[in-house]
Amino acid sequence: MTTAPVDEREPTMNHAIRTEGLVKRFGTTTALDGVNFAVETGTVLGLLGPNGAGKTTVVRVLSTLLRPDAGCATVGGYDVVRDAHRVRQLIGLTGQYAATDESLTGLENLLLIGRLLGTSRARARSRAHQLLTQFGLSDAADRPTKTYSGGMRRRLDLAASLVGHPSMLYLDEPTTGLDPRARTELWALIRELVAGGVTVLLTTQYLDEADALADDIVVIDHGRVIATGTPDELKARLGSRRLVVRPEDESQLPLVTSVVGDLAGHTPDVDGQRVTVPVTDPAVLPAVVRRLDDSGVEVTELVLRSSSLDEVFLSLTGRPAEDAERSASEEMLP
Amino acid sequence: MSTPADAPPAGPRPQARVTPVQGVRQSLTLAWRTIVQVRHNPWELGDFSIQPIMFVLLFTFMFGGAIMGDWRAYLTFMLPGVIVMNMLFVSLYVGQGLNTDLTKGVFDRLRSLPLARWAPLAGRILADQVKQAWSIVLVLGVGMILGFRVGTGIVGLLAAVALLLIFALAFSWVAVVVGLLAPDPERVQIYGMTALFPLTFVSNIFVPVQTLPGWLRELVGVNPVSVLADASRGLMVTGVQAGPIVVSLIWAVGITVVFAPLAAWVFKQRV
Repeated sequence: MTTAPVDEREPTMNHAIRTEGLVKRFGTTTALDGVNFAVETGTVLGLLGPNGAGKTTVVRVLSTLLRPDAGCATVGGYDVVRDAHRVRQLIGLTGQYAATDESLTGLENLLLIGRLLGTSRARARSRAHQLLTQFGLSDAADRPTKTYSGGMRRRLDLAASLVGHPSMLYLDEPTTGLDPRARTELWALIRELVAGGVTVLLTTQYLDEADALADDIVVIDHGRVIATGTPDELKARLGSRRLVVRPEDESQLPLVTSVVGDLAGHTPDVDGQRVTVPVTDPAVLPAVVRRLDDSGVEVTELVLRSSSLDEVFLSLTGRPAEDAERSASEEMLP
Repeated sequence: MSTPADAPPAGPRPQARVTPVQGVRQSLTLAWRTIVQVRHNPWELGDFSIQPIMFVLLFTFMFGGAIMGDWRAYLTFMLPGVIVMNMLFVSLYVGQGLNTDLTKGVFDRLRSLPLARWAPLAGRILADQVKQAWSIVLVLGVGMILGFRVGTGIVGLLAAVALLLIFALAFSWVAVVVGLLAPDPERVQIYGMTALFPLTFVSNIFVPVQTLPGWLRELVGVNPVSVLADASRGLMVTGVQAGPIVVSLIWAVGITVVFAPLAAWVFKQRV
């Protein structure tokens, strides 16, 4: 279950974003090696993968900053190469680093973008104030952004990408480097936007972030899609639910271990007084209950829990997300 | 589908391309941005202008007497040249600002907006002409406080400023190339200064060429900085000399012809 590079859903006209066989090379490095996926209108797609997997390259192609070497991509039905100018009118981009002009104030940054988009002075001003209020930056509106905290910069950056009311929003690792509170605040803002009907493409290295925000997840590694599905599907598809049993009497551990191992078909792990085993068949649970009851074992804990996305990631890429980040040589920036 | 999901105040269907008028307006908006930066911090120009101003003071009082016997005469001789030097230093701003935009991601944001492809570059070069004009006023002001007097009149002064701005516009392309090639903004300054110090000192800005050995005099003579300094001196102090003005303009055209396409090429490679 490690190679599923194709979008399994039927192609429909509801796809806000589609990529077909995207290939991008930088010199001898292949950053994207045939990437296919689709994002339905009004949903959040989490693009998950370690550093260097090609996430940023995908975003750069979809924001018309990079031309793919092969394959194609459409945004809102428009081709990102042939109709780049139209695509740019639909999208908002928030990069990995907060791309605002540090010497301008928060208000001026938003005004600048409004004016660049061709809105009148008055409308640009009212839109800027509206966004500053929405993002809790009103008090800092007239301060140069170099005085902003990391969280404030990210919020301003997000606000900047929303000036033109984009219908697609690309969030490239929006919370990297933020403290937990700033992260939670940003998540809440993103949820609000999605509720307002915006289609979101979110790249992240944080599995909990994808779990919390994404409707669908595409896992990429080495420039290829290695899995797609909803967070729940991904967790379930890997079969890795875990059955945890803890007998009341420690002396019954060997018995419990043999019963559980027998029914699950794997050798369980014994961790202190807990017996843990991966299970694929949900019917194992009632069977375990019956057998333990027949043997007169009393249990204090009996759980069947889904594996976390971290475990999914580990089994897909063969390495934990954090390690993959650290060992990855470079993020593919030209 | 051909119509995208509606955004709140959904405008008409997306436009196929940018009109030239829109491109010009976008460039002006981006130029406004750079001018706002100056308004926030008008003395930031000091970064580059402090050196020329320091040279005005240092050379006038330390060496002025020794070189010309009288510091006032020396100030009159040197100041037009220092304005040229200052103009070259300030043009590094184009490169530094461009590099900052590239390394901080501002450029990505701009390129993801529906703008004319040339607007970000045009906006920056345009705005830096305003910075140029402001810094010329700055150096001239310091000179006037010390006792520099324009010998030709207001028309000559304005013509000198115009010539300097034309040359600055041409030289901006060199700064753009440096800005695109340098890995970070600090390096733009280091590379730029390293190139500009010999270029400005091996010229007739600070010393009359009569005392130089023959070969050096030849070298100084062909240096465009000397030519431009002569032209400025003529326009501001001693009276119009057509020769240096024409040669300065030829240099400006030449620099543009070589460096503008080079800048465009490097630009395509980098972004």
